[in-house]
Amino acid sequence: MTGWTQSGPAIGASFLSSAVEFVEALTIVLAVGVTRGWRAAWIGAISAAALLTGLVVFFGKALEQIPLATLQLVVGLFLLLFGMRWLRKAVLRSAGVISLHDESRVFAEETQMLKTFGAVHGLIDLVGFMAAFKAVLLEGLEVVFIVIAVGTAAKNLPAASAGALAAGVVVVLIGVMVRRPLTRVPENSLKFSVGVLLSAFGTFWTGEGLHIAWPGENWAILGLIGAFLSVAWLSIRIARQNSALQAGRTQS
Amino acid sequence: MKVIFSIVKELWGLFVDDQSYALAILAWVTVSALATRLAIVTRWAGPVLFAGLCAVLVENVVRSARKNSRRNR
Repeated sequence: MTGWTQSGPAIGASFLSSAVEFVEALTIVLAVGVTRGWRAAWIGAISAAALLTGLVVFFGKALEQIPLATLQLVVGLFLLLFGMRWLRKAVLRSAGVISLHDESRVFAEETQMLKTFGAVHGLIDLVGFMAAFKAVLLEGLEVVFIVIAVGTAAKNLPAASAGALAAGVVVVLIGVMVRRPLTRVPENSLKFSVGVLLSAFGTFWTGEGLHIAWPGENWAILGLIGAFLSVAWLSIRIARQNSALQAGRTQS
Repeated sequence: MKVIFSIVKELWGLFVDDQSYALAILAWVTVSALATRLAIVTRWAGPVLFAGLCAVLVENVVRSARKNSRRNR
């Protein structure tokens, strides 16, 4: 199952999806830094990152003990549910059915919420620490899932981990430089791309777990990526036309 | 305790936000598994699995768009 047909998209999926999650975590950490202090923000974020790294190492090793077909089916199913959830939401956002995720609004809301707590005296602002820790942990769990699932199924956990790590470094560096939420990141486009990739991987590995023989074997993944991209694009067109038709009926 | 509850809720939310959508995906995978096991579909099992999943996606998107349009009237 190794080879660039799997490792390449695995690194890509890991990088892109991790970038999206790190941007969302960065927004909260910035809000904490601005309102509660940077010490609490950094310590909370680093503590959560350390815990997440431990989870990747632990589960990565534990999953090696599971029989391959079972692993492919279980990991494939989880990836399928995860990827198709992202794809559905990205399609609906692109079609204007639901609103786009707005980092500046999240930053404003989080800042407002954190200001309602009074000053906390002590070595560290616990309110700020918990907010940063929770945000990085929760967003990071998605990264951990993707890294483990994609890395294990592609039998290249280091490649998937490297993709996630690279994304983290890029986002943190940009965050430190600009010191504000990264609102110009094309989040929905990234989620759309990741949704396509993970839906394709999930479908392929679910099929492998069910002993389905894919035409072209590993090359089928590239075919699935192209096919999901086409169907998702078509879905956006259909949803937009549907909304326009409904709006037309309302006006008449 | 609140943090643990948040984490569990977040983990569930990673895979399911529209329950009918998640159930339809799992149902189609089950149908594909049975069809493969009973050798009803052999060479085209992969494309059939993919086609069914696409149908689930498109149906959900169209239904969500209609629901949103009705809500905005």
